[in-house]
Amino acid sequence: MGIAPITPDAHAGGPSVKIRLRNLTKTFATGHGPVTALDDVSLDIPSGCFFMIVGPSGCGKTTLLRILAGLDTPTSGSVEVSAPAAGRPGNSMVFQGQSLFPWMTVFQNAAYGLSMRKRPQAEIAEIVGHYLNRTGLSKFSNAYPHQLSGGMQQRVSIARAFANDPDVFLMDEPFSALDEQNKLLLQEELLRIWEETRKTVLFITHSVDEAVTLGDRIMIMTAQPGRAKQIVDVPFERPREVLGLRALPAYGELVYSIWGQLRDEVQRARAQDEESVKA
Amino acid sequence: MSTLPKRHPQVLRGRSLSANNRDRLISLASPVMLLLLWEISVRAGVLDARFFPAPSTVLETLLVLIRDGSLWANTWASLQRLFWGFLLGGVPGLLLGIAMGLNRPLRALVDPLVAATYPIPKSAIFPLILLIFGLGEASKIVMVAIGVFYPVLVNSLTGVLEINPIYLDVGRNFGANRWQVFRTIAFPGAVPHIMSGVKLGIGMGLILISIAEMIGAKSGLGVMIWNAWEILSVETMYVGLLVIALLGFLFSMILNEVERGIIPWKKSH
Repeated sequence: MGIAPITPDAHAGGPSVKIRLRNLTKTFATGHGPVTALDDVSLDIPSGCFFMIVGPSGCGKTTLLRILAGLDTPTSGSVEVSAPAAGRPGNSMVFQGQSLFPWMTVFQNAAYGLSMRKRPQAEIAEIVGHYLNRTGLSKFSNAYPHQLSGGMQQRVSIARAFANDPDVFLMDEPFSALDEQNKLLLQEELLRIWEETRKTVLFITHSVDEAVTLGDRIMIMTAQPGRAKQIVDVPFERPREVLGLRALPAYGELVYSIWGQLRDEVQRARAQDEESVKA
Repeated sequence: MSTLPKRHPQVLRGRSLSANNRDRLISLASPVMLLLLWEISVRAGVLDARFFPAPSTVLETLLVLIRDGSLWANTWASLQRLFWGFLLGGVPGLLLGIAMGLNRPLRALVDPLVAATYPIPKSAIFPLILLIFGLGEASKIVMVAIGVFYPVLVNSLTGVLEINPIYLDVGRNFGANRWQVFRTIAFPGAVPHIMSGVKLGIGMGLILISIAEMIGAKSGLGVMIWNAWEILSVETMYVGLLVIALLGFLFSMILNEVERGIIPWKKSH
């Protein structure tokens, strides 16, 4: 089961849909029998939307992203993605944790997508130079990943995805391993870079704060099996300023109400964990 | 903006350097002490000079063999066979090992064959090799190749299997084709293991070339040692052993340098 292109007439009239999921289900075979990671998820993500998925750990968020990235296949249901412009890749993923090649320099890592598509050297140097500059890494372009801090490594990861110039960005909890200060800076940086092109982003997180700070729209997922529980629109205008946003009363209210939705799910996930430990 | 983290704090570097120096001194002193003890024992008549000629006599023989050119001719013959055998065995071992690491069906197909043939003593199949490849150069080169092939294959395979799967995911997501995955992920990711395989392979190659040259060769260090046995020139045997030992030492030094050059991303050396 592959990823099908969206048929043009499907979104005639309304805002164009970039990603359309219908009844997406994913079951894994495990030692204790099949586990349903995703259960009947249907979703439309409009073009240019910064779409957040928030849910308890183990709710299948990452599975959903991996299916969209072409790294996993759904058990049933359909994935449609509107075809990218000629020569542009469909999506690029920012992975959770350390995903830079240790044997490549910062520049080579950031240039990876372009090199794989055999773009001319001059073009690669220009584009990669731009994004290393935007992420404040120009000085480190010949360094190896192990010489960088965790936050700098994740910035290279972001530069790698943006330099690849895809239609859709898939981000799998890219900041989850960072400390609070670094996380804040990187969120701001990400928003600034994203503002340049405003392409569709699908961003997974377990942090409600992060979801409200970054997203246009937030999908709350249930604990395993992962279902779409609710979709919330984020009313804040862009461009956003991360700290200023947090000072708004409306910000706190939104975080609070999403937490209310999520709390039950986190508790259910915890109960499931305890169950499985006993078993 | 933070700066690059320093690799070693200065204090630590100073201390580890003196420790390094001490270690180096000890490793230099131990063989010298052994040789000295040996020399004295022979002169004192404690060691039988017919089996254990004094290092000074071995050195004399070494100089004689260098002067008449035979040592160089024999060493060169062995080196050439080692080189070709190394290419013939190492390159297929490397390619097949990496391909097996990337491709499950291929691994399932070849793994049992490797497991079944690997433990066969290579010296035991030398008669068969002689039968197939004749008494000439080919049989010697094939022996070295077989010895190098297995450790390089097994280590390349392990190297690929131990690559963090996230790197292969990155490759797929960023559109790397098969060859690009091989070139940019599987090979560099497996290089540390491959280097261990190459080192083991060279050691095996040295063992096998000495054995192979003892039968049906006209030149080489193996021949030199074998002939020395036939004419009971024990000193010449020791010269042969010494040169083989030196070659092994030299190869491992060169490989360590190569490793340092091609694995710049490793945290420490």
